[in-house]
Amino acid sequence: MNAATPPRLQPQAPRDEAYNFAYLDEQTKRMIRRGLLKAVAIPGYQVPFGGREMPLPYGWGTGGMQLTAAILGAEDVLKVIDQGADDTTNAVSIRRFFARTAGVATTERTPEATIIQTRHRIPETPLHADQIMVYQVPIPEPLRFIEPSETETRTMHALNDYGVMHVKLYEDIATFGHIATAYAYPVTVDERYVMDPSPIPKFDNPKLDMSPALMLFGAGREKRLYAVPPFTRVTSLDFEDHPFEVQKWEHNCAICGSHESFLDELILDDQGTQSFVCSDTDYCAQRVSQGRAAQ
Amino acid sequence: MNTLIEVRDLSKTFSLHQQNGVVLNVLRGLNFSVSGGECLVLHGHSGAGKSTLLRTLYGNYLPAGGSIRVQHQGEWLELVGAAPREVLQVRQQTLGYVSQFLRVIPRVATVEVVMEPALARGWKREDAQARAEHLLARLNIPQRLWQLAPGTFSGGEQQRVNIARGFMVPWPVMLLDEPTASLDDGNRQVVLELINEAKSAGAAVIGIFHDRLAREAVSARHLDMTPPDLDPQASMASMASSPKETEQC
Amino acid sequence: MNAAQQIDRDAVSDRTQPLLKVRGLTKLYGPEKGCQDVSFELYPGEVLGIVGESGSGKSTLLSLLSGRCPPDRGVIDYRLADTHKNAGQWLDLYSASEAERRTLLRTEWGFVEQNPRDGLRMGVSAGANIGERLMAQGVRNYQALRAAGLDWLNQVEIDPARIDDLPRTFSGGMQQRLQIARNLVSGPRLVFMDEPTGGLDVSVQARLLDLMRGLVRELDLAVVIVTHDLAVARLLADRLMVMRRSHVVETGLTDQILDDPQHPYSQLLVSSVLQP
Repeated sequence: MNAATPPRLQPQAPRDEAYNFAYLDEQTKRMIRRGLLKAVAIPGYQVPFGGREMPLPYGWGTGGMQLTAAILGAEDVLKVIDQGADDTTNAVSIRRFFARTAGVATTERTPEATIIQTRHRIPETPLHADQIMVYQVPIPEPLRFIEPSETETRTMHALNDYGVMHVKLYEDIATFGHIATAYAYPVTVDERYVMDPSPIPKFDNPKLDMSPALMLFGAGREKRLYAVPPFTRVTSLDFEDHPFEVQKWEHNCAICGSHESFLDELILDDQGTQSFVCSDTDYCAQRVSQGRAAQ
Repeated sequence: MNTLIEVRDLSKTFSLHQQNGVVLNVLRGLNFSVSGGECLVLHGHSGAGKSTLLRTLYGNYLPAGGSIRVQHQGEWLELVGAAPREVLQVRQQTLGYVSQFLRVIPRVATVEVVMEPALARGWKREDAQARAEHLLARLNIPQRLWQLAPGTFSGGEQQRVNIARGFMVPWPVMLLDEPTASLDDGNRQVVLELINEAKSAGAAVIGIFHDRLAREAVSARHLDMTPPDLDPQASMASMASSPKETEQC
Repeated sequence: MNAAQQIDRDAVSDRTQPLLKVRGLTKLYGPEKGCQDVSFELYPGEVLGIVGESGSGKSTLLSLLSGRCPPDRGVIDYRLADTHKNAGQWLDLYSASEAERRTLLRTEWGFVEQNPRDGLRMGVSAGANIGERLMAQGVRNYQALRAAGLDWLNQVEIDPARIDDLPRTFSGGMQQRLQIARNLVSGPRLVFMDEPTGGLDVSVQARLLDLMRGLVRELDLAVVIVTHDLAVARLLADRLMVMRRSHVVETGLTDQILDDPQHPYSQLLVSSVLQP
């Protein structure tokens, strides 16, 4: 977490010619693109694809990386975030990976990026129409918690048989008095398919709704991809008397003072002293530098 | 007289497939009819088929041939070959059956057992309960037993509960299988009163009564059911061996 | 596709028309394994018992009737409820879509499994089990779901305080009652039951039977119940079908079949029961 570092467009490194552009072979990329076209045409529908081995383990973003590889062009500017931060190991490794295999420019600045691969967050800075979000998804099936059979879950999707989704929310309220599901909060896409928005906090769910950016989701282990096209209705499931709500904090960010962003709790010493800072490092750094400029 | 039940050429056989296919001809060529306010008493030796006849009339036994017609909700309905749901309708609205044996349903309170026929006809609960309690009191079932299930009652108490249930609602046609058997004088008197009340209310009653006093009390017409082969005179009367109906005043 | 055919609804009232018309239903797994040529009509509020020995085809017939598996031959027509968008029309069960069949099974129909573990969601609370059908029908009010859960626990004689407990903490009899509540909450017109008292102690059976008897009458349910227990059949069923080696050998009023069976097999079945 180094919010004070000034953001920069990282210089374009020369591409390593030993690899095909963006690592994957062209046939695989075409296959994934066909899957993505189908996914965009049927918002929220899970499309199976022939996932390839990537040079990192499942669970580290292999699904997201394959989608990124399939859509990446030489002119693209790539941003990778993990838990909102650009400088965690996973984010840095994936950014370097594409810089080396595709020779694309990378950035930490949200507005400059054309493709943002993410794990666990949607940037606080509003997205615009030329951007594509690529989400890394561990378990793409929102019905899996209650229905172990894949055949059955597919039938349930096909028949719009989603009664069980509310069972989970009901259980939350019965147990905790409120809907306690805080991340991977299920949504209905375009009033048809129920979708797992990946493990983003429910704080980010409203950002999916009518977003100008294209949202792509890839699950490497499960070999599924799905999409939310720009300007698509995405509604979070809820009850009339327990409506969907996002998290709120009593604190402001200790670095930039923001009261609007998603905050991470830091424990500073053995006495348990807490501090809250923005989870989105780029957003936090921008606010700090704007604050300086204003002074 | 308004005839409420009419039986023509009724026969009943039992084929015992498990016992070398023995065929028993229990009822043959029965003809009779009973009008409202009339009581027909079945007369005959033990084993002459009196209970079998009642059960056949009620649809409990399947007739081998003939016709059983009843006035059901203003129309004649043929019971031989009727669909089960039609028979159930007739049993709910038209045809009452009282035996001396109560088929106990686990856990159901006595007063509920008695009320059931009324509730099935859609009576209001209060009305049904009032009538049930009136009957139970009249038949000398102690009030402390009303809310208990009758499973543990004595034989006589169970019999009286069953009679209360049988007289819970007015039936156009009533079948009585020894309702007064093994009752003490007081209770027998109550049952006979109930039968006469039903008769004066216009019911056609067909019954089996073993004691002569009871038969006389309900002032009935007799149907002699002595089987033809046990009765030399009747067997002389050959194939058209319909049992004799004798009027008694 | 429109499997429902228009009928003249004004001419006939609900009770005088069958709910289910079954014709020539056949599914064979082998010679005399399964069921063949079953035809009957079921009317609103009518309880039909299917009795017979193990392997006689009772459960196969129940699967066919409830649309869980397709027959080799035969037709089932079901008359849709007045609340359905095609109110009063006949639905040909096997030419209807899977979606229509599923909708039926969670709204106008119920299915009570022999083993409550097959019919309940063991991982979620009793209240959620009861509420699931309502949620599937679009009830989005937590308080309403809660109220329905408490009401139905009460109706099936389970302490409403246990609404948030998992079914696995319930006894077998309570689980079976919970399964019944879960099915009846949507106000079905037709319920299929597969040996509902099968795995229970005799003492628990009596209570369940009494409860089912009451609910069937109160809610005017049509029921198809498979049982090998003739006492259960006598207590619950209006009429019986006796099955043997995939054939229906006898049908009729329950008490007539039990007291005056005609077919040799029915006579054997009835005479084989031990009288306590």
